[in-house]
Order: sequence, then C-alpha cells, then structure tokens
Amino acid sequence: DIDGVGQKYHLELVLEDVLDKDSTVNCTAEVLYHLGNNIPPDVQFAIAGELKNAEAADNIFYNRIKSLEKELVAENIPDSRGNVSPEMEPVHLLAWVASGYVIWQNSTENTKFQLAQIKRVKQVKRRDEYLEFDYTILLHEMVSQEIIPWQMTVLWHPQHSVQVTQDSRQPKHA
Amino acid sequence: MKFLLVFAALAAAARSEQLFVGDQVLRITPSDEEQINLLRVLAEHAVVQVDFWRHLTSPGQPADLRVPFPGVQAVKVFLESNNISYSIMIEDVQKLLDEEKKTMMKSRRITRSTNTFDYASYHTIDEIYDWMDMLVDDHSSLVSKFQIGQSYENRALYVLKFSTGGSNRPAIWLDTGIHSREWITQATGIWMAKKIAEEYGQDPSITAILDSMDIFFEIITNPDGFAFTHSSNRLWRKTRSINASSNCVGVDPNRNWDAGFGGSGSSSNPCSETYHGPYAHSEREVKSIVDFILSHGNVKSVISIHSYSQMLLFPYGYTTAPAPDHQELNELAKKAVSDLAAVYGTKYTYGSIADTIYMAAGTTVDWAYDNGIKYSFTFELRDTGRYGFLLPSNQIIPTATETWLALLDIMVHVLEHPY
Repeated sequence: DIDGVGQKYHLELVLEDVLDKDSTVNCTAEVLYHLGNNIPPDVQFAIAGELKNAEAADNIFYNRIKSLEKELVAENIPDSRGNVSPEMEPVHLLAWVASGYVIWQNSTENTKFQLAQIKRVKQVKRRDEYLEFDYTILLHEMVSQEIIPWQMTVLWHPQHSVQVTQDSRQPKHA
Repeated sequence: MKFLLVFAALAAAARSEQLFVGDQVLRITPSDEEQINLLRVLAEHAVVQVDFWRHLTSPGQPADLRVPFPGVQAVKVFLESNNISYSIMIEDVQKLLDEEKKTMMKSRRITRSTNTFDYASYHTIDEIYDWMDMLVDDHSSLVSKFQIGQSYENRALYVLKFSTGGSNRPAIWLDTGIHSREWITQATGIWMAKKIAEEYGQDPSITAILDSMDIFFEIITNPDGFAFTHSSNRLWRKTRSINASSNCVGVDPNRNWDAGFGGSGSSSNPCSETYHGPYAHSEREVKSIVDFILSHGNVKSVISIHSYSQMLLFPYGYTTAPAPDHQELNELAKKAVSDLAAVYGTKYTYGSIADTIYMAAGTTVDWAYDNGIKYSFTFELRDTGRYGFLLPSNQIIPTATETWLALLDIMVHVLEHPY
C-alpha cells in the first residue's frame, strides 16, 4: 500500500507456452494500481530466460494471409462447441495477444477479464507490409460476470510486435 | 421462370422424395462471354427445368447446373458441340438424397440406449430430455424421473432420482446448468448420472452410498436459458423471466436464494448478469428446488456445479465470516481437489466462496447451509479462461472423469458422517 499513490503488488509467476505445456519461463513483475482507478495500472516485468522462437510459424501465417485474394472474414471463434479450425488458430492467438493489451488498459484491482470469444474478425487490406485486422471480441469480466463487446484494430508483422491502434468498448445487447 | 421453379419445388415437397432420380449436376466453366450468353439462353429456353446451384458469373468461373434426367443427354450434346468445358459433379441427385436420409436415420437409431449415447458431445435440450428417459429405461430398478415444477417459459423441470428403496432416506442433491452458458456442467452431469447408474453394484463407494441414501440430480436446472444458448446467445447466463420495469430479461438464479439476499455481490439492476431478482425465490427455477428440498426434509448435502475457474467452494459467499463448519468443509475440499488433480494434473483452488472467488449474495449453497444442510459445495469446473465457457467437447469426458472422484469423496464423507 503506497499512501497517496495506490497499491503495488510484487509477483513471481511462471509463464507457460499455450501451445507447449512443457515450455515454461520464470517471470517477476511489479503492478501498481493507481488510486481512483482511472489510469491503467503500471506494469514492470523481467523474464528469466527466453521466449520460444515462433518465427517459422509467424512467417507461414503472414504469407498465407498476404496471399489471400479476398480479405479474411470470420465469425464466432471458438464456435459454440469450443472448436477453432486450424486455419483460424493463428487469428485466435493474435486476438489473444491483442486483447491482453485491451485488458491491461482497462484493469483495476476489482476486475478479472478473459477473452471469451471473437465475435467477428475482418482483415483490412493494407498497401504496406503490415497485416491489419478489425476484431469485435467479447470479454468476460469474472467479478460482474458481464460479457462486454469490444472493438479493436490490430496491426501485426512477424518482425514487429502486435499493436492495437484503436479500441472501443461497444454497447451490450439487451 | 422463378415462379415455375417455386411451383416445381412446392410440387416436389408436397409429393415428397423420389423426384430427382437420374438428375445430374454439371460443373460448367465457360471460357468467354459468348459461352456465358449461350448458357443463359440454354437455361431460359430448355424444355426441361434446369436450375443453377451456383450461378454464372464471369469467364473462367465455374457454374453448377442441375439438369433433370430427361434433359441430361441433350444438355451434354449442347455443351460439347459448343466446346463448353464441363464435368459431372453429381451423377445421381436422388442417390445422394437417399444416402443422406439413411445417415440421418442411422444416427437417430444409434442413440436408443444410454450405452451408445455420445457423451463426448454437447447436446440440445431435447436430446438431453430424451436421454433422461433412456436412462430410466436402461436402469429402471434404480433410476426414476419426476418433475419439481416448470420454468418461466413453462418447460418441465426434471429431476432424476437414484434410489434402492427405503422411505425418505437421507439424500444428496446435485444440480448442473443453473447458469445456462456453462455447457460443460450439463455435459458433465449427463456423464456422471450415467456413471452413478452403471457403478451401483460395481464400485464399492457408490454402492455403499446408494444402499443407505438417495441421490437427486437436476441436470438442466435452467432450461429456458439453455434453450436460449442454443437458439440465440451462446453466452446467456440468467433465467429468461421478463422484468416488470426493464427491457432487460432474466434473473441470476445463483443470486436469487434467500441467504443474504440483495447483499454485496449481487445487483439490483435487471440488466446486470448478477441481478438478484425482485425478491428471494422469485424465479420458478429456484422456488421449485427450495420447495422440493424443504418438503423432502432429509437432504444432507447440496452440490451445485458451475464453470469456469477450477475451484471447489463452500459457504459463505454473502459474508466473509467463516461458516461454523469451515474447518471440516475445508479439509474435505482439500482432499477432493487432491484426488481430482491426480487424474490429469488439473489444479483446483478451494475455500469459502467469499475468500476464493468473490462476494456473492443469495447463492444456492449459502441457502442450503443456512437451512441446516451442512455439506454444501459449489464446483467451478474447467478451465481457467483459455476457452472459458466455450470449452471444447474433447474435454467433456476428461473433465467429468476427474470431477467424479472429487464428487465421490464428498458423497462418501456425507455417508460416513450422518447428522
């Protein structure tokens, strides 16, 4: 507890590769939640070791999307039964990463967000080397149990990090 | 042209089946505009009624044309003499229809017994209601089905009773699916109900339990919500009751119980996912269970199954004060999650609702506990958020298998600690 500033948490965690349960990496982090909860929490972290190199898979996905004649469009990932087709798996993972940013920017000590589903994703063709996707995702907030639709525009290229260039909370249906 | 096609379709439907014998579907690829025009003329002026299953667009793009049997030869001659490239996509449309019908009937025939039911899939409400009847048929000396009430939209609220006799024996209550989007729970419920029926007389624990106690199992505790997750919104949680003062529908059935009702961790806003309702037990789905348990009078354990988070929880949710039996419930939970983890390594946390997950007022287990039912637990099944409510169906049986062991631990403890 830091008077006049907020609450700081020291964390020791283990990062586990979603695609390879045996691949883990230790991590330490400091999270500072500001008083008033109007600003996203500050996060500092250090990773003890290296994250797995995903260059090959990244390039395959990148080239596949770049060579599509028509822009990629998809809905409901995963579907009602939890299925994600192999072609959509990278699209799902990209949403996962990007939603992490949205979640971070909107977290307080009293929220716990998860990506529930990609409602819709549409590729936006660009003339430069980047891939651009317009996602409408559903976030599940654990404490309130709310399902919150959120729009996010995601930019990516294998040699650059994922960017969320624009995001906005959407109104909930009745 | 359109009118004639519609007429033909209607006539076909009215007479049913056998209208496509020998009909073929040709995949035609016109190479230029001239060929496209020829094809349009053919379609418009053909003596037989042809129809495009994929329409003509531009040169090089395929079009699929269904040709009734009497015209097949003539159309082919026309195409060949004009050098229009084509291939036969479907040799006999009727044969395809017959095969499809056979497959559909076969899959319906296969699920005639709970031994061949597909436990590794998610099912519809009708499929589950049918399965319940099959379970009773397959295990008639042990299982019976009865109704405790009706949902808001008048669906039956069915409960399966597992009993080897006696009169009003001490009983264990199990429910799944009170939050309709938590599909893994209804699926796990079906598997566990079958397991109970199968293992009586085989497994010493379940045999001992059923020799002295009854088990009541409500698998679709929120049928209106469940139907809605299939028809309209996969992520619907609440009941489907209309709220007097709002456009928003539904009450959170796990905030509607008379235990700390209206307190912290529930909402008075009808549009909220944790809306507690206008008053305690306002929801028929909840009131039916309340009435049943109170009139039974001898229920010793209530276990309510939810997802997701991988937790085993016990009272209280409406207060941070520990329940009088906290120590015993905590020890039992610890053992149960340890046995669960031994199966596939699935890690659960455990503790009181308020300590472990969040404050929640008006919950099922708090009500049960405050009504003298000591062994009241809530499970939160897999996973921890990767798929959340949309858990892939290949995890149904592993989830049910590991949860079963934890459930047995609790039920055995209840048996061995009568009160």
